Amino acid sequence: MNGKWMEVITEYFRTNKDLYLEMVSTHIKISLIALLIATVIGIGGALLVSGNERAQKILSAVFQTFRVVPSLAVLILLIPIMGTGIMPALFALTLLAVPPIFMNTISGLTSASPFTIETAVGMGMTKRGTFWKVKWPLARPMILAGVKTAAIEIVASATLAAKIGAGGLGEIIFTGLGLYRMDLILIGAVSVATLSLMTGLILDGADKLLVPWK
Amino acid sequence: MNAITFTNVSKQFPKTNYKAVKSVSFEIEEGELVTILGSSGCGKTTLLKMVNRLYDPDEGDIVLFGENIRDVDPVVVRRRIGYVIQQSGLFPHMTIEDNISTVPKLLKWDRKKQQERCRNLMELVGLDYEKFHKRYPHELSGGQQQRVGLARALAVNPKIMLMDEPFGAIDAINRLNLQDELKKIHRETNQTILFVTHDINEAFKLGNRVMIMNEGKICRFDTPQNVIRQPGDAFTQSLVQSAMDQEKFWREYRD
Ligand SMILES: Nc1ncnc2c1ncn2[C@@H]1O[C@H](COP(=O)(O)OP(=O)(O)OP(=O)(O)O)[C@@H](O)[C@H]1O
Ligand SMILES: [Mg+2]
Repeated sequence: MNGKWMEVITEYFRTNKDLYLEMVSTHIKISLIALLIATVIGIGGALLVSGNERAQKILSAVFQTFRVVPSLAVLILLIPIMGTGIMPALFALTLLAVPPIFMNTISGLTSASPFTIETAVGMGMTKRGTFWKVKWPLARPMILAGVKTAAIEIVASATLAAKIGAGGLGEIIFTGLGLYRMDLILIGAVSVATLSLMTGLILDGADKLLVPWK
Repeated sequence: MNAITFTNVSKQFPKTNYKAVKSVSFEIEEGELVTILGSSGCGKTTLLKMVNRLYDPDEGDIVLFGENIRDVDPVVVRRRIGYVIQQSGLFPHMTIEDNISTVPKLLKWDRKKQQERCRNLMELVGLDYEKFHKRYPHELSGGQQQRVGLARALAVNPKIMLMDEPFGAIDAINRLNLQDELKKIHRETNQTILFVTHDINEAFKLGNRVMIMNEGKICRFDTPQNVIRQPGDAFTQSLVQSAMDQEKFWREYRD
C-alpha cells in the first residue's frame, strides 16, 4: 500500500513537475499580492482613524461582520460582478485579510500603558513623537500577529480561488475531486498545509526581528 | 531667585463639582528639596502635573525662574523638567540606554555625548553600565527600573525635578538606599526637587521643607523640625501623631 502510494506520487512529480511548480508559484504570488494590499489598507486605514474613536468603532463593527461571511461565498458572489480569473480572487482574498490587520493595528495602537504615554509626554515628546516613537513601535507585535492571521487565512483560502480560475494549488485538489484521484487531493492538501506552516514560521521570524524586546 | 512660585492656583477637573487644588500659593527657592505629604486624593499629583503643564490650572499663575509657564510652549517647559513616577513609565521597547537617552535624543545631542552621559548617570544611580545598558526594562527588578527612571529624568540635568511617589513600590531596604542616593544627587546638583510621598518618614527625612496637603489645600509648609514641634492644625497634628504611634509600637516590641 505504502509503496504504491509513493510510486503514484513520484510518478506525478516526474510527469507534472513544471505544472506543479507553476501552481505553487501562482499560489504564493496571489497570496503575497493579496497580503501586501491588505496590509497597506489595514494599517493605513487604522492610522487614518487612529485619532477618531467613533470611526474606529464603526469600522471595527463593519469588519467584524465581514469576517463571518465565508470566503467561498465571497468568491462565488463576485463572479457575476468581476467575472473569473485572478482579479476577483485577489479582491476576495484582500477583503478577507483586511479585518484582522486593521483591528489588530487599532488595538495595538492603544496597547501602550497610560503611564508610558504619560512619561513620554511629560518628558517633552510632541504628539507626533509620542505616536511614532512610543505608540507605533509598541503596536508592532499586535500588528504582526494580525498580519500572520491574515497570511495564513489567505494561503488557505487561495486554494478556493482555483474554483474561479485563478490557478494555484487549489487546481490540483479540484482536479483530484473531479477525477476521484486521492493522490492528487493528497498532494494538493499537503502542499497547502506546508505552505501555511511556512508562512507562519516566516512571520514568527519577522516577529523576532521586529520585536526584539520580548 | 525663586525656582517655583504658585499664586492662587486652582484646578477643577471636568465633570467634577469640586476643586482638586484650591487657590494654592507658595514659593520655593532654587536648590530646595520639598516633600509633599497628604492623604490619597488631596491633590498632590494634580499640583505636580501643573508644574510641567501636563495639566493647566483654571486660575492663578505658575512662575518658574521668573517665567510664567502659561507663555511657554508646554513641550519646551517639559524638556527642562525631570519627571519620575511610581510606575516608572519606562519604554518597554527601548533598551536601558535608549530609555535614559530619551531627552538627549529629543534635544539632538550627538551620540558620543549621549553615551557618555548615560554611563555617568547609570553610575550615579548605582547601575553597572556594562551589565545593564543593553537590557530591556522587563529584564530588571522593580527597584532597578526605578533607578533607570531616575537616571532618565536626570539626563539633561534639569533645574527642576518632579517626583511622584518614585519609591512607592519598592521594598524598605532598597527604598532607604534610594533615599540616600537621592539626597546625595541633590547635594551634588543643587536641583530644585518636588517629591510626593505617602510615607511620613520619607517626607521628613528627605525634605528640607515639608508641604502638607489636605483636600486641595496646603495646611502646613515648613521645615520638618518646625512641623514636628508645632504641628498647628488638626490634620497635621494627627499625621505627626500617627508617626509617633508607629515609633512607639516598634519600641514596645523591641524592649
Ligand atoms: N483626570 C482626572 N479627572 C477627574 N478627576 C481627577 C482626575 N485626576 C484627579 N482627579 C481628582 O482630583 C483629586 C486629586 O487627585 P490627585 O491625583 O491629585 O490626588 P493625589 O493626592 O495625588 O492622590 P494619591 O495619593 O492617591 O496619588 C481627586 O479627588 C481625584 O479624584
Ligand atoms: Mg498621586
